Amino acid sequence: MSTAVAAALGADVDLRPRRRAGWAGVALGVVAAYLAMPPLLVRSPLPSVVVGAVAVGLGAWAFGGGLRRLGIGAMVAGIMGAALAVAATESGVGNLERVVAWGALGAATLRYATPLIFAAMGGVVSERSGVVNIGLEGMLLSGAYFGVWGADVTGGWVGGLAVAVASGAAFGLVHAAFSVTLKADQIVAGTAINFLALGITGYLFVRTYGDQGTPNDLPEVPDVHLPIESVPFFGPALSDLNLLVWLGLLSVALLALVLFRTPLGVRLRSVGENPLAADTAGISVTRMRYAAVVASGVLAALGGAFLSLGFVHSFTQNMTLGTGFIALAAVIFGKWRPGGALAAALLFGFSSALAQRLPVFLPSAATLFEALPYVLTLIAVAGLVGRSRPPAADGLPYER
Amino acid sequence: MSGAGEGQGSVTVASKLAGYMRGGGVWVPIVTALVAFFAGGIVIALSGADPLSTYKAIFDGTGLNWFFPWVTGDDRVIAAGNLQQTLLLTTPLILVGLAVALAFRAGMFNIGGQGQYIAGSVAAVWVGAGLDGVPGLLHIVLAVIAAAVAGALWGGIAGALKATTGANEVITTIMLNWIATWVGIWLFGLGGPLHDAAQESVPVSEPIARAARLPVFWGEQELQGLHVGLFLALVVAALAWVLVNRSVAGYELRAVGLNPDAAEYAGIPVGRTQVKVMLLCGLCAGLAGAMDILGWQYQIVTNDIQASQIGFLGIAVALLGRNTMGGTVVAALLFGALINGTSVRNLDPAVFEPQLATNLTIIIQGLIVLFVSAPVLVTGAWALRRKLRLPGRRREGAA
Repeated sequence: MSTAVAAALGADVDLRPRRRAGWAGVALGVVAAYLAMPPLLVRSPLPSVVVGAVAVGLGAWAFGGGLRRLGIGAMVAGIMGAALAVAATESGVGNLERVVAWGALGAATLRYATPLIFAAMGGVVSERSGVVNIGLEGMLLSGAYFGVWGADVTGGWVGGLAVAVASGAAFGLVHAAFSVTLKADQIVAGTAINFLALGITGYLFVRTYGDQGTPNDLPEVPDVHLPIESVPFFGPALSDLNLLVWLGLLSVALLALVLFRTPLGVRLRSVGENPLAADTAGISVTRMRYAAVVASGVLAALGGAFLSLGFVHSFTQNMTLGTGFIALAAVIFGKWRPGGALAAALLFGFSSALAQRLPVFLPSAATLFEALPYVLTLIAVAGLVGRSRPPAADGLPYER
Repeated sequence: MSGAGEGQGSVTVASKLAGYMRGGGVWVPIVTALVAFFAGGIVIALSGADPLSTYKAIFDGTGLNWFFPWVTGDDRVIAAGNLQQTLLLTTPLILVGLAVALAFRAGMFNIGGQGQYIAGSVAAVWVGAGLDGVPGLLHIVLAVIAAAVAGALWGGIAGALKATTGANEVITTIMLNWIATWVGIWLFGLGGPLHDAAQESVPVSEPIARAARLPVFWGEQELQGLHVGLFLALVVAALAWVLVNRSVAGYELRAVGLNPDAAEYAGIPVGRTQVKVMLLCGLCAGLAGAMDILGWQYQIVTNDIQASQIGFLGIAVALLGRNTMGGTVVAALLFGALINGTSVRNLDPAVFEPQLATNLTIIIQGLIVLFVSAPVLVTGAWALRRKLRLPGRRREGAA
């Protein structure tokens, strides 16, 4: 601890150039990989290796100055970047261009990330108020089913979203009732939510749609067309995204604003950090936590509705397949901050998008690639990449 | 999620739960199960079926009617087959239930039973199919040991991370589950290193050697008769009971579970105990994987890796069994019976749609876990009643 404090105190004086060098090393690692990819497509591994070596050198220098994590990060980035570039130069140009189409990859990344973004924002809200929400997975699933069912019954996607949101709120209410009022073990209650959502959506799905599956003519959430098709990268990435993708990004901005720039946000966070102090200051811990958990259910359900109504246009049993757990990981990876969780969700989305395209090279390796987000999270939780510190009262019922 | 920032010594929610779960006698899980079944009955009635005849049909599907002397003739043969299936499911459930219960007793929440189960299955297939010409019993022993070690290591990762960095075991075990799932799919998927090359387009592992199959003592091996793994599961449960209740290590385990701070103060190495417990949990779950592979599956089908829920069932089993070893065995039998009784093969669609019943089983599990989650509900409704009635007085008392 004392060395960390010393490093923090000394940062203003003499560590600044080393820190800059460390980050430059990380950036150079990315550049090393980028050189060999489309559109540059340098076919010789030499420039990438040189750039990667520089990154490693900068990382070593930062490491020597006491910035150990950043230093290691830069060294790893340099080595990985160079290795990726070497692998890329070994493979055919045609394959490369099919896999690494940045615009399409960007759009796919956003599409895969959107359910994660919604659910992760739900996780941030809930955990910032001091309630662990393992039930995100179930709430996503519930949003996915009830979104489809609502759209089918009301004949419009707005109705679908409304029903999805209501179902998420209902599950949030159950979780809050047990976690806040009954002071249940929040993790066990959340596990129960996951079971219940899996069983209830499966039951209703079999009963309503049976073997036929959901109808093919489901109302779809519309895409937003932006007149920027001709702009390189941003055109193909952003010009034809689903409305809910944008809503998801908007929710991040809104949440960041509310959490850190409004009195409401201060209250919410104080309830999660020190409920006794908040209670003493006249904030209702119970009401705050109920509101936060219900909001978290609503957000997760929107993510689920995107999955079913905006992405795959159907519902199948247990279709979320652990998305809620990755969102939970994104919350931790992002250190309980909306922006951080967004970054983590985008990273996970990117790896999913890439995994979809990698089979061009090696079908089996692509499967292994799917494990990457979880390995990253494991490393992050273990504190190797910057310690993740949860809100102080996260997971603890409040006893007056 | 008293996670990375916090010291390992503080009282966790899970450790408090472990304390709550010890009080309250045997009637609590019984009432919990009854309420959950009653709620399930309402769901059945709402679907327009008769709850009583549905539950009767599910009960017949479990094969538990084999114990009734008045069931004779063909019915008895069918019942025997069904009971074998139920016990076949009970075997791994006991072991994954123990994997969760032991962790709970040490104040940890092992959601990683699934990953540890997969690690065990993979190791069992690897040894079971990889070795050739090894005599039967030795082959079985080797495969079982490999599975136990693999499961233990997979669980031990979470324990070691908790002990050294304080990383919350809930998060790490969830992550390890998914890593195990994807690695498993990669290993046995098309083009994977352990994929059965003889089946070009089917993502399965090689079948294990005949010698490595566990002996079947009731029913036919070809008809998935009951293998001796059931006894192994019962022995492990008994050993776990002795360990927890009658040994120094078990005393330390329980002390860490009830109050890590006090345990630390008493000189018990908290971190090392946590690692040991997670190794043990993983070992149990790994054995569960070995029993399924060596006992009746004989190979891994990649799709099953993704679809399997057995590790999560272990949570419900342990919670309903109140984290005691005996309770876990009974709860495993209940869940094994429930799953088998509602399976597509055993439930008559004329009485109730099996696919609906499968989901109903999940709902009942969810309700049980939900009820068990709240110590207030578990230790008696009177506490809740008092709270609701006297909010004013409590506030005065707090001030």
